[in-house]
Amino acid sequence: MSYFVYGMIGWTLRLSFGRRTNAWSTDDSFAGLSNYTGLLDDPEFTHAFSNLLEFTFVFIFGCLLSGLIMALLLEKGIRGEGLFRSIYLYPMAISFIAMGTSWRWLLDSARDDKATGINMIFQWFNLGFLQNDWYTSATGSMYAMALPAIWQMAGYVMALFLAGFRGIPDDLREAARVDGASEYKIYRHILFPQLSPTFLTVLIILGHISMKVFDLIYGIAAKSYVTKVLAIYLWQVIFDFQNFAKGAAIAILMLVLVAIVVVPYLRYVNKSEDARS
Amino acid sequence: MSTDTVQRDLNTKDISRTKRKLDARGKFALVFRYLALTILLVIAAFPIYIMVINSIKGITGVSQGNAFLPPKKLDFEAWGPTWAILREPMIRTLFFVLQSSIISAIIGSINGFVFAKWRFKGSNVIFTMFLFGMFIPYQAIMIPLVQFNNNIGLSKSIYVLVVAHVIYGIPICTLIFRNYYAAIPNELIEAARVDGASMVRIYLTIILPLSIPGFVVVLIWQFTSAWNDFLFAIFLTGGSPKLAVATTALNFITGSATTVYYGNNMTASLIVSIPTLLVYMFLGRYFLRGLLSGSLKG
Repeated sequence: MSYFVYGMIGWTLRLSFGRRTNAWSTDDSFAGLSNYTGLLDDPEFTHAFSNLLEFTFVFIFGCLLSGLIMALLLEKGIRGEGLFRSIYLYPMAISFIAMGTSWRWLLDSARDDKATGINMIFQWFNLGFLQNDWYTSATGSMYAMALPAIWQMAGYVMALFLAGFRGIPDDLREAARVDGASEYKIYRHILFPQLSPTFLTVLIILGHISMKVFDLIYGIAAKSYVTKVLAIYLWQVIFDFQNFAKGAAIAILMLVLVAIVVVPYLRYVNKSEDARS
Repeated sequence: MSTDTVQRDLNTKDISRTKRKLDARGKFALVFRYLALTILLVIAAFPIYIMVINSIKGITGVSQGNAFLPPKKLDFEAWGPTWAILREPMIRTLFFVLQSSIISAIIGSINGFVFAKWRFKGSNVIFTMFLFGMFIPYQAIMIPLVQFNNNIGLSKSIYVLVVAHVIYGIPICTLIFRNYYAAIPNELIEAARVDGASMVRIYLTIILPLSIPGFVVVLIWQFTSAWNDFLFAIFLTGGSPKLAVATTALNFITGSATTVYYGNNMTASLIVSIPTLLVYMFLGRYFLRGLLSGSLKG
């Protein structure tokens, strides 16, 4: 297995320093860093990169917020919790490609008389001024694209937080209550500090998912320019332009991005585990 | 890596305590909580609601005015032709998904046992390197993988996806099983060892019979992720219609038309989602455990 992970990463790395920039090239000579420096001058690449950062920011923030709210509402136990939980979590079981159909329609950019989807709902509530172009807009496309992503992942974040809350012994809360602490103070000073490992886990999981986001965007907007991210651009570079060297360089950059997020975390988990055993 | 996540469900909390008489403020808080939860429930359920109601309005029956409403009469016109297109890819998907999940579950179980109970020098480092394989963007191995498959002549068969999902599914399967086995008391294994049982024998006679819930978790996890996978499918089959699987066939239907027939598209999306939705409905508890134990630290 290590061959398929590390060996092939090495292979990709080698390609990224090479000159195989079209389908017929068998040129195996080294091109140094030119594929990487070339990316910096490629406006499509920088566009895709900044789109990805924008998406990541909104996606993580939205998931944390909505997941935490759901967990807080459920955390003390409520009748029907099982039902709420399963409905919040089911989006995780469906493919992005399938849900893309619904979302494409909900986020349709037609307005006023022609409106469908959310733009039409806005009009029912006399909020017509809120209508917008969603994922086809030139400026807000990534914010719109984060909506389905948040929808899909928020339930997962809720489950992680809920597991975190349930892992805290009730006595802690009871003791604070006996001491006269307000509910707000109990959360602020007792429960949330206990959840910091959960927070970290959630951040890492969302972060690495976001860096790799592909099917979600492809399912809704295919290769549209305004929502292009690294994975979509890479797909184009490899399949449409057959530029393997450049594709490999983008892939390595994606790997580095993910590694920056994940490797310190793996080390931290490993250490805390050693400390425990 | 927390050891108890596989066993630990999100058990619903004992709410008998809250049954005591609520004062006005408590009542208000409860109503508010239900209201907020219900609003979130509607938002969460909305996209699938759209999908279901619009799939039973016929191919052209979806219009701007009725899109949010259930149909006046059921019309399954769109189901026949869509199913005709999707049938073959779905059977193909089922075939490769079942194989890859079973194989990766078996390998994951053996690996998990080794990492949990057979600590050797450097096993932690190797395990961490193993785990990294779970996080890598698959794009970083995709070009060599396609080449590799071409070289061994695998690229024209569906086994190309079996192999990919087995190899890159092993890390997560190993992790889930390792966490699961860590909860099995070491004394049990020590005792068997003292009695002279080999590690292989211990695995077969003690560990394996205890592993059924672990297998269910892993199988469901692998089934869902392989069924929903699009990246491997589209890269490794190169979009060849002979190797179309559920997601790529669906994308072909929904992504290609210049005129969008939402009745058709919604039906196709729904059909492709039905297997994973069924699994979720009946085995959701195990799905949740997979999610929690796949997250390293709960």
